[in-house]
Amino acid sequence: MSSRELVLGRIRQALASPSAVPVIPRDYRRGPHPVDLDLLVERLVDYQAVVHRSSDIPGTVREIIGDGWVVVPPGLPVEWQPARARIDDGLSPAEIAAADGVLTAAAVAVAETGTIVLDASPDQGRRILSLLPDRHICVLRPEQVVASVPEAVARLDPGRPLTWISGPSATSDIELNRVEGVHGPRNLHVVLWEAA
Amino acid sequence: MSTFLGMPVHAPRGVGHLRGDEPFPAAARTALANPQLRSNLRHATTTIRGKSGRVIAELPDWQELRSAGSALKTYTMANMPRLLEQLEEKVTAAGGVVHWAADAEEANRIVTGLIQETGERRAIKIKSMATQEIGLNEALEEAGIEAVETDLAELIVQLGRDKPSHILVPAIHRNRAEIREIFLREMPGVDPALTDDPAELAGAARRYLRETFLSTKVAVSGANFGVAETGTLAVVESEGNGRMCLTLPETLITVMGIEKVVPAWQDLEVFLQLLPRASTGERMNPYTSMWTGVTPGDGPQNFHLVLLDNGRTAVLADEVGRAALHCIRCSACLNVCPVYERTGGHAYGSVYPGPIGAVLSPQLTGIADNASLPYASSLCGACFDACPVKIDIPSILVHLRNQAPHPRTEKAAMAAAAYTMDRPRLYQRAQRAAKLAELLGRKGRALPPPLNGWSASRDLPEVPDESFRDWWRGR
Repeated sequence: MSSRELVLGRIRQALASPSAVPVIPRDYRRGPHPVDLDLLVERLVDYQAVVHRSSDIPGTVREIIGDGWVVVPPGLPVEWQPARARIDDGLSPAEIAAADGVLTAAAVAVAETGTIVLDASPDQGRRILSLLPDRHICVLRPEQVVASVPEAVARLDPGRPLTWISGPSATSDIELNRVEGVHGPRNLHVVLWEAA
Repeated sequence: MSTFLGMPVHAPRGVGHLRGDEPFPAAARTALANPQLRSNLRHATTTIRGKSGRVIAELPDWQELRSAGSALKTYTMANMPRLLEQLEEKVTAAGGVVHWAADAEEANRIVTGLIQETGERRAIKIKSMATQEIGLNEALEEAGIEAVETDLAELIVQLGRDKPSHILVPAIHRNRAEIREIFLREMPGVDPALTDDPAELAGAARRYLRETFLSTKVAVSGANFGVAETGTLAVVESEGNGRMCLTLPETLITVMGIEKVVPAWQDLEVFLQLLPRASTGERMNPYTSMWTGVTPGDGPQNFHLVLLDNGRTAVLADEVGRAALHCIRCSACLNVCPVYERTGGHAYGSVYPGPIGAVLSPQLTGIADNASLPYASSLCGACFDACPVKIDIPSILVHLRNQAPHPRTEKAAMAAAAYTMDRPRLYQRAQRAAKLAELLGRKGRALPPPLNGWSASRDLPEVPDESFRDWWRGR
């Protein structure tokens, strides 16, 4: 007997006497709710992200990293492209880590929790891009923001690799206090894009 | 008569970390004598209770979410065979390989074999309760494979040659000064000027592990959720070490307890709200990674999922006790427990400490191997109130106390009491005899052997001068 059959057999045996199966109560808030961009900003800032509102992405990037250069995914809109950018055409981890920052778009953002979600679309790139550089600049279109977690889950495609990001890398491992800055980017900048 | 091979069995002895070296009362006595430990625990649990309470209060539908989470778990348990088969099918279709492990030994064998196949001698690890439970690090070490813990608290435990004492924060028993000392002593290349500022300590871990992340080709993780409908796995974390392990290596091996399966993608909307608020007291944890099989050109190109039983089916077989499998490992019950706050996690002997450990460990191992744990509670019920999926831990504790082996003297005493109380004349005489015994000098003192175990931590009640019956008759 394979371990698969063994384990499944044990489970069936354990459940031999049928028990009542509940209907799942879904009376929690599921939306859609009106989006409060100010709440998103407040929650992002509360977890130490820096928020910008801008229609000039290259200009904002320059403000954030000065003369440094950023890695960008291959599908980033051309008008967002900073002057000193290196497009990811299969860069090595060392090359990505050497960048002064990374500039990506996002898939969805959740106002209530201050969360942005990346889904590795061409304007966001491989997961490694937003991981190794110490500064992540993420541009958010207002229509990508939803009010709550259920609305975000409904919008996302589980077939894609997803990264939910709420503030910069942090830990609660020392005396259960939140401390920013461990292995992921220690600086998270969120740019709310205002179409010019 | 032939034994049916499909009977649920407990987690085997001699492997893993579900059994302590001594019973809870003895271990607790040692822990209680350590004032530094108690002070660290009090500080940490007080901090987290405050944080968690504040973010839970922000949600107007917290109770509705708890009810949904609880019902989802009950549904999952009742439909587990179908959900696991579906998960296997979806993961396989997305390019992953699914393995089934009946117990800790088999899981260790599978993971060791998979790493050996890659030819690597080192694996990076994301904090995972399942791999601690099965003692994977020890098994890998025996096979000559170095397992590097990358979670900050796990690193503190590993460098300090210590044991984890909390589900979420395994180094909760250490304060910043102790952590600094461990780093200075054990971390190669550490800056000798390191202070005990938490941000600096985190920075030291960042520098220490960076090169290891970039050069290691195999990672081992656990999983918080495995979605049957889509084959999607999720890991919830804070530091980014999880993202490193899930993104950089060529091979990823995930060990997941069978109870972690979640029916549908949509169901994550419930658990992703419950877990961070109950656990670290955040609206959302810094990072959650979700992946479905293998994505060409992005992340590990070899993905293995090991589905682990190791006693879980034995828990499932108990209609009352199976609710312990609903646990989403948030550790809220530890943080509110008056017993845990004083003894810490080591006293429980198992990797699962606190109230949830007191109901989970004895069921995974069989009650005989953890007989004292169901008593490691005052039954105050704080754990039930705090549990984001509404596990009625006090009821399971009482249920398990009934199953625990009881001394023969206790059984005899209870039978005698029942016999006496059934017979009014006898009862009356016993009451007078009690008074007499007290006058004979046992007032406020212990019972004589073999009943002295009962009175070791209790004062005998003072017997009134006159019983109610005597008073009533003489009125």
